[in-house]
Amino acid sequence: MSNNLVMMPLLIPLFAGILLIFFNRKPVVQRIISVLSSVAALLVSIFLTGTVFQNGIQIVEIGGWAPPYGIVFVADMYASLLVLSTAVIGLTGILYSFRSIGREREYFFYYPAVQFLLAGVTGAFLTGDLFNLFVFFEVLLMASYVLMVLGGTKRQLRESIKYISVNVFSSALFVIAVAFLYAVTGTLNMADLSVKISENGQTGLITVIAVLFLVVFGMKGAIFPLYVWLPGSYNAPPAAVTALFGALLTKVGVYAITRVYTLIFIHDKAFTHEILTWLAALTILFGVIGSIAYWDVKKIVIYNIITAIGVILFGVAVSTPAGIEGSIYYLLHDMIIKGALFFLAGIMIRITGTADLRKMGGLISRYPLPGWMLFIAGVALAGIPPLSGFIGKLKVIQGGMEAGEYAIAFLVLFSSLLVLYSAMKIFINGFWGEEKPIAGNPDVKGMVYPAVILVALSAAFGLGTEFVAPFVTQAAETLLDPSIYIDAVLKEQ
Amino acid sequence: MEVIMAIVCGILFTAATYLMLSKSLLRIIIGTGLLSHGAHLLILTMGGLKDGAAPLLGEKAKLYVDPLPQALILTAIVISFGVTAFMLVLAYRTYQELGTDDMDKMRGTDSHE
Repeated sequence: MSNNLVMMPLLIPLFAGILLIFFNRKPVVQRIISVLSSVAALLVSIFLTGTVFQNGIQIVEIGGWAPPYGIVFVADMYASLLVLSTAVIGLTGILYSFRSIGREREYFFYYPAVQFLLAGVTGAFLTGDLFNLFVFFEVLLMASYVLMVLGGTKRQLRESIKYISVNVFSSALFVIAVAFLYAVTGTLNMADLSVKISENGQTGLITVIAVLFLVVFGMKGAIFPLYVWLPGSYNAPPAAVTALFGALLTKVGVYAITRVYTLIFIHDKAFTHEILTWLAALTILFGVIGSIAYWDVKKIVIYNIITAIGVILFGVAVSTPAGIEGSIYYLLHDMIIKGALFFLAGIMIRITGTADLRKMGGLISRYPLPGWMLFIAGVALAGIPPLSGFIGKLKVIQGGMEAGEYAIAFLVLFSSLLVLYSAMKIFINGFWGEEKPIAGNPDVKGMVYPAVILVALSAAFGLGTEFVAPFVTQAAETLLDPSIYIDAVLKEQ
Repeated sequence: MEVIMAIVCGILFTAATYLMLSKSLLRIIIGTGLLSHGAHLLILTMGGLKDGAAPLLGEKAKLYVDPLPQALILTAIVISFGVTAFMLVLAYRTYQELGTDDMDKMRGTDSHE
């Protein structure tokens, strides 16, 4: 049964982006269209999540061609929750851009690029076809190239060159991996791939391809040792853009790893998932080392992205029910809280005119609201109980213990301590201490509210875990039992 | 036939990797061009190189070549074309602004701003 609702979170930003191209000299019109489309996308995503919760997995066969012959879009609970978080981040990111992005960028297609980015991310979450996933990766990457270089400062140009080179290389690897998989199985539909591989057995060749996919998606999602492009690249564009990137782009890579490692390559877990476990552990380790090493506000938050990716993937790698649930909780939490942290870091940089913590101080007396928001966001990031990061990390560690990975489970615990240290380093150096003269623009009116929305959401997510739990449980069930996904895609005709 | 094509793809990948590791920006872009050629040839090869008519139903042949890899390649070609065009203009702008095409001189550290 096809349900066109699945396509709506993708089509709304796509058409909004096309419409926005015609109004590039009218910033007010652009803002109105952007907000309206983001609100519409948010409402549709909520409705989609509700529908999936009540009626199970929703699919749409494009053009009425039955899978595996046509392209199919699949909204299971995992994808729906991520689409919903994407819509939330999109809306708050656009609200934050109003006050912070500046007229010169608004005139040159900033809002269309944001909408195309959101369309690409949403499409990557919803697609059920491997080559289509590649196309949506390119859609979101192309939009991200434009957003990264828009403005054309020397630093942005320099870092964009590196970012594009890395992504062109990983995209070529993606094409190569798809070619190999097509040669072995003769299909590209994810559900059909899973069936074909379980029928013919996961031979050594398929395990090699599985590792190749880990390399491809790991380069997009910045796992160890493929994360080295990320700190420099994400530091270059303005805070509004970095917030969108940090909250969405790497998470698409994480989503893709989770999808292929829970649906397609599941028959040689002793080898593939062991690699993933160790890479996740090293990702956590190098992430926290980076986050305690720097005095640059943005760099600290950027390295915290890498740590969080390690935690999420560790939950996937152990693939026990608790581990998978924990990684879903933590992924949702991390998208929200990274958005909030980048918004707040952007406010600090705008006020003080520098990203160096040693040149800041005493902001709390003049800016109490951003200060306390940063405090709450930092505490939530580390996973202190009433807030959103707690339940995810608890379940990931529980899953790790159940799987017998005690050392790495303790590493996750220990990393929380260092993450808390890095977040409090921002708070204490930036907001406490003696007041230093303000070198930047002291007017941050309106910039703090998107961050307030996200921090409030994070608190609600933490306090209302009981409300979120059934959704996450349903998402985890689908990931743990691929036959639910396969039946929904291939049998329901 | 597939073996020869596999060797050709391998040579293209080797050349691309070598060029992408060089200092000059233009060489890196030539490397990405070769890399996408290699990837597209690989899709064609991996789809199978058996004899058959071109995938046009008017040919009324018994056997046709696999049409799916050709569609995939066409998609991948236009995507890499778009990205390469963007990258070339970016390299041009970078050369204008920074006055160099040497990647060693494009290091970004905290002291360089």
